[in-house]
Amino acid sequence: MVGETGKSSLEEQIDENLRKVFQKDTEEPVPDRFVDLLKQLKEREQANDK
Amino acid sequence: MTNSSTAAADSRDEILEHLPSMRAFAMSLTRNRASADDLVHDSIVKAWKNFDKFQNGTNLRAWLFTILRNTFYSQRRKAKHEVADVDGAMAATLAVKPHHDGRLALADFEKAFAELTDEQREALVLVGASGMSYEEAAETCGVKVGTVKSRVNRARARLIELMSLSEDEPLELTDQATVAVVSDSILPRKTAV
Repeated sequence: MVGETGKSSLEEQIDENLRKVFQKDTEEPVPDRFVDLLKQLKEREQANDK
Repeated sequence: MTNSSTAAADSRDEILEHLPSMRAFAMSLTRNRASADDLVHDSIVKAWKNFDKFQNGTNLRAWLFTILRNTFYSQRRKAKHEVADVDGAMAATLAVKPHHDGRLALADFEKAFAELTDEQREALVLVGASGMSYEEAAETCGVKVGTVKSRVNRARARLIELMSLSEDEPLELTDQATVAVVSDSILPRKTAV
């Protein structure tokens, strides 16, 4: 349906939707488990360094 | 536990800033919130352990994305025979019907998106959504720029084909339509975190 031409307006709209989906996932609050994980990794390392 | 001599500026702390986009990227690869977060978890641990291999001043997000996608592909190879629990996997097997009013619901877009190959999805997300250049995406995926370009082009063409779209059918996400479709569809999108 779309020729071999450059980026069509349809393709731009796909990217636009893609950004919306990605953005929606990006806006979800980061669960505490990851903050805790980073904290744990740091603590474990500091304990090992002694 | 309590250590007062914490390094003043640990660049590993910057990983935190990239967590939202890592989760979004992981979500686009796994299409399952729980799997995505497990993937992010494993990637953080790997990144932490290998941080000495990260060159300060270079693109941390690209580096983290590389770890994440490599982790994804190696885990997927291992779990090849396990049945994947993919959100919307059932939905993906159903034909995507175009809306006759020419509007595309988010759920339909995501269904079509799920039909793409992992490589196509990845390339499309990196270039089309995360804002990476073709060069950054190529570096992240460990392939040539031309490969990324052709994956992106094939992915777009496939989406257009799947959604039976043509140039005169505007593609638009409508929140109300999305809510309506998602609420009574088989897509169990929101799981407790």
